[in-house]
Amino acid sequence: MSSTKYILGIFDDPDDLMHGIDKLQKNSVPIYDVYTPMPIHGIDAKLGIKDSRLGYAAFMFGCMGGTTIFTMVYYFLVHDWPMDIGGKNFFAIPDFIPVTFEWTVLFASYGMAFTFFFATHLFPGRAPRVMDLRATNDKFVIAIDAKGNIPHEDINTILKEAGASEVKHNDRKYVSYE
Amino acid sequence: MASHSESIIREPLITGKDITYGQITDDILRPVENMPSKAWWIGFTVASLGALLWVVSISYTFWYGIGSWGLNKTVGWAWDITGFVWWVGIGHAGTLISAVLLLFRQNWRNSINRSAEAMTIFAVICAATYIGAHMGRPWMAVYSLPLPNQYGSLWVNFNSPLIWDVFAISTYFSVSLVFWYTGLLPDMASIRDRATGLRRRIYSVASFGWTGSVKTWQRFETVSLILAGLSTPLVLSVHTIVSMDFATSLEPGWHTTIFPPYFVAGAIFSGFAMVQTLLLVTRKVLGLENYITMFHIESMNKIILVTGSVVGVAYITEFFIAYYSGGEYEQYTFLNRFIGPYWWAACMMYGCNVLMTQMMWSKKVRTNIPISWVLSIIVNIGMWFERFVIIVVSLHRDYIPSSWAMFYPTWVDVGVFVGSIGIFFTMFLLFIRVMPSVAIAEVKLLLKSASEQAKKKQIAEGHFDPSHVEFYKENLIKFDSIDHSEYEKA
Repeated sequence: MSSTKYILGIFDDPDDLMHGIDKLQKNSVPIYDVYTPMPIHGIDAKLGIKDSRLGYAAFMFGCMGGTTIFTMVYYFLVHDWPMDIGGKNFFAIPDFIPVTFEWTVLFASYGMAFTFFFATHLFPGRAPRVMDLRATNDKFVIAIDAKGNIPHEDINTILKEAGASEVKHNDRKYVSYE
Repeated sequence: MASHSESIIREPLITGKDITYGQITDDILRPVENMPSKAWWIGFTVASLGALLWVVSISYTFWYGIGSWGLNKTVGWAWDITGFVWWVGIGHAGTLISAVLLLFRQNWRNSINRSAEAMTIFAVICAATYIGAHMGRPWMAVYSLPLPNQYGSLWVNFNSPLIWDVFAISTYFSVSLVFWYTGLLPDMASIRDRATGLRRRIYSVASFGWTGSVKTWQRFETVSLILAGLSTPLVLSVHTIVSMDFATSLEPGWHTTIFPPYFVAGAIFSGFAMVQTLLLVTRKVLGLENYITMFHIESMNKIILVTGSVVGVAYITEFFIAYYSGGEYEQYTFLNRFIGPYWWAACMMYGCNVLMTQMMWSKKVRTNIPISWVLSIIVNIGMWFERFVIIVVSLHRDYIPSSWAMFYPTWVDVGVFVGSIGIFFTMFLLFIRVMPSVAIAEVKLLLKSASEQAKKKQIAEGHFDPSHVEFYKENLIKFDSIDHSEYEKA
C-alpha cells in the first residue's frame, strides 16, 4: 500500500491541461480539483460545476438595501419628524431616490462579496489548502485522489501522454500547512 | 478552449520576447519582493514630507478652526471644496477602467486596472478628509449620519444633496474597496506561495486562503462581473450627486441642469489624466514596459481627448445658455470669468482643459511619452482650476455688489491642498511596494491570445491576409518596447 494521498498532474500550458482533463475523463478517472493561476474558461463545465447563483444573492441583497433605507427615510421624514419645507410634500419620493440607490448598490456589493467569501471558505487567517505552491504562479495542476484510483502508474501514463510536464505523488494532502 | 487567437489587426497587449507565465509573475512582483530602488526612496521621502505638511496644516485647522483658512462671508467655500471635488473626480477613472471597461470587454484594462483602482481609493480618502476638515469641528461629522440623538431624535435632511453626498461617497469608497480587494486575493496568494517565514504568514492572512481551485475562480469571475455592473451606475451617481451640491442652489454659475453630465465627463477626464501621470512614471520605474504598452498609453490619451472635448462642449453650452437665459446675474457670472479679477483662473481652466487637450488629435502627440506626461499634468491643473472657477469665481461676485469680495488663500489652505497630494502619493508608493501593482492573473489571461509573441507565431504560421499583417506591423512602429529590427527582416 503506497502512502500517496494525491496524484498531481502539473502542466505548463492551459491547453495541455484541458487535454489532460479530457483524457482522464475518457478513462473514467475522477478529478478531485484543478488549480490554476488564472481563470480558465471551460474547466468548470467539464468538471460539472454549476453556474454561480451569486447573482440572485446580489439581487436579493440589493432589494434588502433599497427597502431598508427607503423605510428608514420614510420613518424619519414622514412619520417621526416631518419638516414643513415651503408646504411641500413630506413624502418627497424623488428626493429619496439617490440614497435608496446608494444603499441598494452597497448592500448588493457587500452582500454578494461576503456570500462569495462564505461559500468558498475565504476569510483572513484561513490556512491556504495548496497542493502545489506553483499553482498560483505558472503551473496548472490537476489533482486526483489516490484512494481508489489504482493503479497509479496508469494515471501517470495518462497525464504524461496528455502533456504534463511533471507528475507528483503527494504524501500529504496539502503542502502549505507548516 | 483555454485560449483563442485574436484578430491580427488588433495591437498586442503584452510585448517582449519569450514571456512566460512565470516571467509575468516575476516581472510584476519584482518591486514587492525586492528592496525598493533609489527612485522609490526619493519619491517616498518627498511624498512623506508632503504628508507631514498635511498633518501640520490640518492640525492647525482643527486647533484654530477654519478661521485659519482664507474664507470670508462671501466666499464660504473655496480651496476645501475645490480640493474635494478635484479628488473625487480623480477617483472616477479607477472605477471607469475596472468596471466600465470590463463590461465593454476592453482587455487592455487588465494591466492598468489594479493601480487605477488603488488610485481611486486613495483619491477618495483624500476627498473625504476635506469633508471632515471643512466642518471646522470634525467631531460634528457624526451628525451627518442618521443616528438617534438627544434632540428628539432630529434626523438628517434627506432632501439635501449634501446628505446624498455622504451616502454616495461612503458607498463609493466601500464598494471600490471590496472590488479592489477581491481582485487582489489571487495575486496576494501568488506572493504568499513564493514567500517564506513572516512574510508568508502576512500574505496568507491577506489572501484569505486563496487556492485557485476551479470553483473559486468561477465564482470569482461572477463576483467581478456583477461588481462591475453595480459600480458602473454607482460611479455615475457619485459625481452626479457631487454636482447637485452646486446645481440645486440658487447661485448663478451653479444653478444649471447641465452639471451632472458635465461633472461626470470632467471626472473621467481628470481621472484618466491622473492615471496617465502615475502610470507613465510607474511603468518606467518598475520596468513594466512590456505590460503597460504604447497601446495603453495611446488608448488613455484617446479617452482624455474624448472626455476633454465633451467638457469643452459643456463649457460652450454653459456660455450659450447663460446668454440665452436672459438672466442678468447668470450672464454677468459668465462674463465675469473673463473680465473679472479672476480672468487668469478662467484662462487656466479653458486653456488647459480644452485647448491643450485638442493637441491629442495628433498621433505623434498621443504616442509621445514626455508630451503625454506633461499634458496629463496640465489636465490635472486645468481641472483644479475648473472647480476653483466654478466655486470661488461664482461665489465672489453674485447678487449684491456691496458684498462682493476676493478670496486669498492662507498658508493653511495651501498646506492642506499640497499636503493632500503628499498623502495620496505616500499611499500610492506604499501600495506599489506591498501589493502587486498590475493584476497578475488578468495579465496572464492575455498571454496566449493578445501578446506580441503569440501574434508573431501566428504570422509565421501564415494564415493571415498579408495586408492585415502589414497593417499590424505598421501599428507596431509606435511601440517603444518592441525590437523593431525583427520585423524589418521579415
